[in-house]
Amino acid sequence: QVWQIRLDLHLLNHDGNIIDAAGIAGIVALCHFRRPDVSVQGEEVTVYTPEERDPVPLSIHHMPICVSFAFFHQGTYLLVDPSEREERVMDGLLVIAMNKHREICTIQSSGGIMLITDQVLRCSKITAVKVAEITELIQKALENDQKVRKEGGKFGFAESIPNQKITAFKMESTAVDTNKVEEQAEEIIAKAEPPSEVFSTPILHAPGTAQIGEGIENSWGDLEESEREDTVEEEGESEATAFEYQKMETEDTSTVRETEDTNEPIVLSDSEEEEVVILEPQEVPKKTR
Amino acid sequence: PSRPPAGATSVLAGLYGPAEVKGSRELPDRAALEVLLRPKVGLPGVMERSREQLLRGTCEAVVLGGLHPRSAITLVLQVLSDGGSLLSCCLNAACLALLDSGVPLSALFCGVTCALGADGTVILDPTTRQEQDARAILTFAIDSAERKVLAASSKGSCSVEEMQQCLAAAQRAADTIFGFYRDCVRRKYSKS
Repeated sequence: QVWQIRLDLHLLNHDGNIIDAAGIAGIVALCHFRRPDVSVQGEEVTVYTPEERDPVPLSIHHMPICVSFAFFHQGTYLLVDPSEREERVMDGLLVIAMNKHREICTIQSSGGIMLITDQVLRCSKITAVKVAEITELIQKALENDQKVRKEGGKFGFAESIPNQKITAFKMESTAVDTNKVEEQAEEIIAKAEPPSEVFSTPILHAPGTAQIGEGIENSWGDLEESEREDTVEEEGESEATAFEYQKMETEDTSTVRETEDTNEPIVLSDSEEEEVVILEPQEVPKKTR
Repeated sequence: PSRPPAGATSVLAGLYGPAEVKGSRELPDRAALEVLLRPKVGLPGVMERSREQLLRGTCEAVVLGGLHPRSAITLVLQVLSDGGSLLSCCLNAACLALLDSGVPLSALFCGVTCALGADGTVILDPTTRQEQDARAILTFAIDSAERKVLAASSKGSCSVEEMQQCLAAAQRAADTIFGFYRDCVRRKYSKS
């Protein structure tokens, strides 16, 4: 038995360089996450709930951070961390993922630009500097969060949304005056209309099918003359079709046709090609709910 | 033993439109409203679909779609964190998004959640813990014009009287929320 880890990344705002941002978010989420503690004794495995034992962090060996470079004019100009506008007009993109020990984890070039080794080496030096800075920021944020949690302060996503920006507003929880609410409610109930009439017990036709009410009259008889003649001619047939229509209305099993009293099969149409035969209720496979 | 984090529910809402609508969804006389709700973890499932329909119904009741025929208004909600009362948070975010984007509305609406305790006490906007301990949870969408109910969703069992009490309490709470909306809009326009 193993643990499965799932990382969901939600892009809230795209202003360029999603790869770098998503990379940082991902690695920080993995470092921040705590999984339930487990103890294994021989074959026995006990998983402790968060209330029983403090959850433990994942084993993160190192933190690879991505840094992207946008190239313009066949490699003449280089921009680190391009914005959305810059991305739209760049010739090519180089992504280098590195950790703080200066080990390159990923290097990826797209857009078909041809780069000389000098340029790539220069980019990797820039990456090393950036990665050192970013890793420090991450460590500080993680330590801060741990401190706040231990001291009992407020933490979490809602707290980290800056309060000064126009699009974010906060209000402390306020008390609502709920005096006299019960009286108000009673008034409403007293003035309300009585509930609509209760239907009589449903008629049970067969196990799993019931009819409530009578249904409305079959209005399909208002079609062309010839069809009406057909339906009238057959013995007991108009009743059967009316009945089926009611059934379709009240039961929701629209493809199942059933007859009520007759045990013989009823022929619906007198077309010469084929005989349409209605099967008896027991023979039709019922839809189970 | 660790303490579960004190909840704060946040939902990010983005509204797009009135914009071009894909052929089959086009309505000849009004705007086609679509709501997408993305959960914090995983892909949207049946629960999200059912919430989307509730939100859509509420928005359709207030949006003056007749002013933008043959266009689409899309509302995307992303759950950022869930500390309880998620549905009412989505309702509030939806209304603020509609307000912010300038879509013509006939009224505003807000969402209030009530949790009914075993002894009949009503808690407004419960946290996840309070929701779990409650006998029933009711969420109402209240409109700003006459404090009428635009949508109601319930989970658990409660009597008719209790439901009416929760509704009355929700209508009172709506006043506070509409005051908050007013505050937000005032601050937004005073800065620019």
